[in-house]
Amino acid sequence: MSEIVARAAPPTVDPRLREVRRIAIVPALNEEASVGRVIDELRAFDPGLDIVVVDDGSVDATSHVAAAKGARVLRLPFNLGIGGAVQTGFRYAFEHDYDVAVRVDGDGQHDPAQLGRVLEPVLRGDADIAVGSRFAVEGAPGYRSSRSRRIGIRLLAWVVSRIVGRRVTDTTSGFQALNREGIALFARDYPHDYPEVEATVMVFRHRLRLLEVAVEMRERGGGRSSITALHSIYYMVKVLLAIFVGLFRRDVVPKEKSE
Amino acid sequence: MTPLAVSIAGAIASFVLVLVVLELIRSRRLRERYALLWLVTGIALTVLSAWRDGLNTIAGWLGVRSYPPAVLFAVGLLFILAVLLHYSTVISRLSDQNVLLAQRLALLEQELHEGVTER
Repeated sequence: MSEIVARAAPPTVDPRLREVRRIAIVPALNEEASVGRVIDELRAFDPGLDIVVVDDGSVDATSHVAAAKGARVLRLPFNLGIGGAVQTGFRYAFEHDYDVAVRVDGDGQHDPAQLGRVLEPVLRGDADIAVGSRFAVEGAPGYRSSRSRRIGIRLLAWVVSRIVGRRVTDTTSGFQALNREGIALFARDYPHDYPEVEATVMVFRHRLRLLEVAVEMRERGGGRSSITALHSIYYMVKVLLAIFVGLFRRDVVPKEKSE
Repeated sequence: MTPLAVSIAGAIASFVLVLVVLELIRSRRLRERYALLWLVTGIALTVLSAWRDGLNTIAGWLGVRSYPPAVLFAVGLLFILAVLLHYSTVISRLSDQNVLLAQRLALLEQELHEGVTER
């Protein structure tokens, strides 16, 4: 297979990364303007990284752009919402026996050049899931967004921190790296509507190790955020309800432990 | 004035509704997004049943002088209508998606079949 030779990793790629089967999961909804650049940047970070774009029912050319760039494309027949879309990627990674997965959103707000930082705790074996946080550094200027949205993000972070008994600064970040255990958990069970907050609690309740890493996020490359102002209140209520009720579930520890 | 027995029975019944909904979410038989309306219904009815002065006041605003608990029926009915309407939209979406799935499946099967016969 000449393809493998051509895609051999350059020396800049972390040697620990070169040894594992690795995949980038890129959820995208109407991101024809930015998904191509995300794929290019992922290749620049690590040419040996397999890329699967999950097209969550886009009505633009997202699938075509991604396929033309040589990414694998999972085209969902209709919009499942970010949770369902991302889980499709985790299922793919799980069933194709990947060791490490990263999630990078197709809108371009996650900079693949910072993947090294996000991957580090996972490659070091210190975390099952590493999350790129916009707020891990106190008073970091990096992230700009509307005030209500920032307050919401902070409030959720506070609630989640109280529940899991550890400081979590950014529960809404989708910039993540996972090892096999993390992939297996999310392939089996992943929240649907606005998944990251619930998923954070879920990870702790399954006794997986989650670490946050400071990252900067960029302005979105195209498209528009899936969270509008009107949705915010519904979002908060629904997520808080889900977290609260989830605390009373007994089946939190995975039934089968891999290895 | 609302009879005390009506207030007690109403409060217990609507509180049980809230508990049942929470249990259904916990056991993963009900998704949060479909549970919210039910929860709001249960909480609103619980509050209106238990808060007797409030019920009387609201009944006064609405011109219901003879029998304030009628407001409980009205509120309950309103929420049931809202839930039903919500379900109608959900069912419409599901049937649209079902059509799409069947069409995609038919196209896939045809492609698969073509691949087999060509060989």
